[in-house]
Amino acid sequence: MAQTERPVDSEVEVDWPDYRSTRLRHPARPLVVLPGRFADLEGPVFGDDALEPHDDDLTRQHDGEPLGERIIVQGRLLDDEGRPIRKALIEIWQANAAGRYRHDGDRHPAPLDPSFGGAGRRLTDDEGRYRFVTVKPGAYPWGNHENAWRPAHIHFSLFGRLFAQRLVTQMYFPGDPLFEFDPIFQSVRDPRARELMVASFDLGVTQPEWALGYTWDIVLGRGRAATPLDPDA
Amino acid sequence: MTLPATPSQTVGPYYAIGLSRRSENELVPPSDAAAVTLSGRLLDGEGDPIDGMIEVWDAVSARWGRSGTDAEGRFSFAVAKPSGGADGQAPRLDVHVFARGLLKHQLTRIYFPDEAEANAADPVLSSLPEEQRQTLVAETEEGALRFDIRMQGGRATVFFAVGS
Repeated sequence: MAQTERPVDSEVEVDWPDYRSTRLRHPARPLVVLPGRFADLEGPVFGDDALEPHDDDLTRQHDGEPLGERIIVQGRLLDDEGRPIRKALIEIWQANAAGRYRHDGDRHPAPLDPSFGGAGRRLTDDEGRYRFVTVKPGAYPWGNHENAWRPAHIHFSLFGRLFAQRLVTQMYFPGDPLFEFDPIFQSVRDPRARELMVASFDLGVTQPEWALGYTWDIVLGRGRAATPLDPDA
Repeated sequence: MTLPATPSQTVGPYYAIGLSRRSENELVPPSDAAAVTLSGRLLDGEGDPIDGMIEVWDAVSARWGRSGTDAEGRFSFAVAKPSGGADGQAPRLDVHVFARGLLKHQLTRIYFPDEAEANAADPVLSSLPEEQRQTLVAETEEGALRFDIRMQGGRATVFFAVGS
């Protein structure tokens, strides 16, 4: 019975030696737990002035069309009770189809695309829905370990209604053979929680003769109490 | 029925493409009479600079901003001190820290150095041991505010989880 299953553990291991850069950057001391009323603190609200034309269509931000596989990514932004989060700011960024970011720090010898910037933003609608048009990002190597490659992903930044709902995550594509080798993906230890980061191919979203469609719903939790504050500490 | 939350992942090294397209580090115009510069460095467990991003939220006045860090780990904001909250809360800014190598953003707070009385009465600040309390109070430096964020080490900044 479903009721007897352990709840999905969405926590990520911030101290995760397989991802080497976490070693000196994760908080080493236990978190101090704030009183519950701070969970209800409201967060910043963004308006349409945060947006520019074509912010939600990454294939139309330049004179030409970017190379690569054109895709539609859509879904809903929900709170942990399944309610839509309306007029919430979603920001995305990604590598181009060759696996190269438009960033001075990216030294991967793959071509930049003059027709692709790789950034998008939009507000969710009244049902919490969002939709981006972009190209499928390529996998790319990184120096974490020998022959390390990131699975294709799109970075997502999300503001909920509440300050504690803030989330930055990555959306992955179904069936990627790199999942099992990627310490960032694997830093979420519960395999059911990892699946929550993977979009679904959706023939209903796919537009004939034009673009493949993916659906990815995002659920904003409220953080989670870690080790309680020890009053004797 | 509670839905499982989508897990967190690092912002990675290229967050600026999506999150720093425009300058958003002024919670108030620098020309504002109450404006003060708030700057500091984001540092790892060996005191080296971290490439990351800081978001600051003044919940009382509903003012928000963010700043990436530079090669020295330095971030900078124009802020105005908020008023205190209900229930004896001292004026403060709520802070989220994001970085490559940080798989989940971390929550901390900035309190103000000229509010000794309010800080002593603040229920969260006063619940902490003295040496941890000090990590949450900005310092005054040449008319500006200085607040370094240390992820680890003896003077590590206090980070919070939100209870339920």
